[in-house]
Amino acid sequence: MAHFEKANSIGEWLDQRLAVETLKRVLQTEYWIPKNINFLWAMGMVLAATFGILLISGIFLLMYYQPNVNLAFDSVNYTIMSQVGYGWLWRHVHGVGASVVFLIIYIHMFTGIYYGSYKKGRELIWLSGMLLFVLFSAEAFSGYMLPWGQMSYWAGMVITNLFSGGSLHANGLVEWIRGDYVPGQAFLNRFFMLHVLLVPLAIIGVIVLHFGTLRIPHVNNQDGEEFDFAEAAELYKAGNVKESKVIPFSPVFLSKDVLVMGVYFLFFFYLVFYHFEFAMDPVNFDPANGLKTPTHIYPEWYFLWSYEVLRPFSTNIGLIAFATAQVIFFMLPFLDRSPNVAPASRRGAFQIWFWLMLLDILVLTFMGKLPPQGIWSTVGLVAALTFFALWIALPIITKFEKKL
Amino acid sequence: MANNTKGRRDFMGMALGGFTALGGIGALYAMKRTWDPLPSVKAAGFTTIDLKDVQDNVLVTEKWRGKPIFVLKQSKEMVAKAQNEIGKNGKKSINRLIKIGDNYYMVAVGLCTHLGCIPGYNPEKEDFLCACHGGMYDATANVTKAPPPRGLDIPPFKIDGTKLVLGEAGPEYKKMLADGTTLAV
Ligand code: HEM
Ligand code: FES
Repeated sequence: MAHFEKANSIGEWLDQRLAVETLKRVLQTEYWIPKNINFLWAMGMVLAATFGILLISGIFLLMYYQPNVNLAFDSVNYTIMSQVGYGWLWRHVHGVGASVVFLIIYIHMFTGIYYGSYKKGRELIWLSGMLLFVLFSAEAFSGYMLPWGQMSYWAGMVITNLFSGGSLHANGLVEWIRGDYVPGQAFLNRFFMLHVLLVPLAIIGVIVLHFGTLRIPHVNNQDGEEFDFAEAAELYKAGNVKESKVIPFSPVFLSKDVLVMGVYFLFFFYLVFYHFEFAMDPVNFDPANGLKTPTHIYPEWYFLWSYEVLRPFSTNIGLIAFATAQVIFFMLPFLDRSPNVAPASRRGAFQIWFWLMLLDILVLTFMGKLPPQGIWSTVGLVAALTFFALWIALPIITKFEKKL
Repeated sequence: MANNTKGRRDFMGMALGGFTALGGIGALYAMKRTWDPLPSVKAAGFTTIDLKDVQDNVLVTEKWRGKPIFVLKQSKEMVAKAQNEIGKNGKKSINRLIKIGDNYYMVAVGLCTHLGCIPGYNPEKEDFLCACHGGMYDATANVTKAPPPRGLDIPPFKIDGTKLVLGEAGPEYKKMLADGTTLAV
């Protein structure tokens, strides 16, 4: 056995057995963050905190929620909302959290795109981040099924029907996913399992991976500048804090993160207490009815852009367009052919590409909410075609980009 | 470590790896089967509906396997109109109707063949509109406007006097399947 000395404090006792000092050094005091970054770099920790809040509120909802087609609706809308002490709080926190987490995810993604933080050694950060986006989408969709209202049922119907592959007519696959001919008890139970166990477990795993991928390349900075972290760290440790280009993650950088989080949570709890209704679709306050479709079916706001890519086309083309839109962002590090790691503002044509892409996603989002009629159909179609045109243009314009 | 143990270690590694892979494949199959619909779900697949009291051009909605079933008795004029109608996908509307005695009925699963919303019937215009993405169907539920790729699917049926047994494939249904009037559901 290893030799142990008598410890003089709890900290020392733990350090002998768990090497907590080494852990603290590696993960906090000597994990280096560039100085030249702004509040947008706090979005990652804001996301982590929001996930924590979803987890805690979800655990309390879980105490009264009933995954049964006859009971689910009332267990949420009656028991949790009006019987359970502060049940409404968990529900509103959970609903607002699920919606706002996507707003922050989109900001986080577009920050990465703007500063070129997916290139040259940072590809895995981008890929694991996209994996998190897909997992959060699955988490939000499966959670949306649980209150078993009209929107739950019909969103479940429409989204699982996507898997019939249009003309492939793969009804067997759709029924396999549902465990029934239509969404029913088997369907609710398996999406409940996914929502409260399998997907959150996968999310936690991929968050760890995402952090791991950051370690070696380090986070990017506002100028895309490449510098020697070891050298900068030595400078900092030697006391030349001003001259060094880096600061330690904890406690120095974390205190800045906490400031941004503070502002964010003011906004968050303002929504929870005064504007939770934006996260609660009124149609979902009618219990699920398999014999009546709501007049308009639309997803939550964060899925609208990809829904609008599906809508203007015929079944098969629509499906291909939708499937492509779901995965195309994974390809970004490989479709951007320019070696420049720099903010979009210094990258010529790419700057135009960036703002057009952002604008196009916004237009698609607004069109997705409007009924598919008249001029809105046309605007939606043009925006959907622009989306694909931009992705086709990306390798070409970045190929010709001037090397900085 | 001595080289002469390497062969033995490799052998044990491969043998264990092989059995683990086999077990893994077995487990995957078990998982797939666990997601399958239960036998009770599969067995509850038959419903009998009586068409005796159905009125001309009044849509009746029944339920089969949890899905809405549209029944629309066609008036003389509607049958005459259906004679010449051809759907977006090139199928004849008249072939979709079920003849019982002298009467013609449209019987179909009331879920849009695009993504599964329930289309609404307009008795004045004698057509169906799906509000989800704007698909349209005529009174025989044949498709007249995309995105739906085909008319509403016709459930397997067997004629029994004035009744229809849904879930059982009679000769009239088999003929519709064979000539492509409907796809299997
Ligand atoms: C492990 C963590 C989680 C647990 C235990 C959990 C648990 C639950 C439960 C029991 C419900 C049903 C009650 C209700 O509808 O309010 C629910 C709903 C929901 N969850 Fe979660 N959840 C978790 C994480 C998440 C995450 C990360 C998201 C989104 C990104 C999410 C999105 C949703 C949505 C959209 C609903 C429907 C809310 C509503 O209609 O009120 N959940 N969750
Ligand atoms: S579901 Fe009917 S048109 Fe899309």
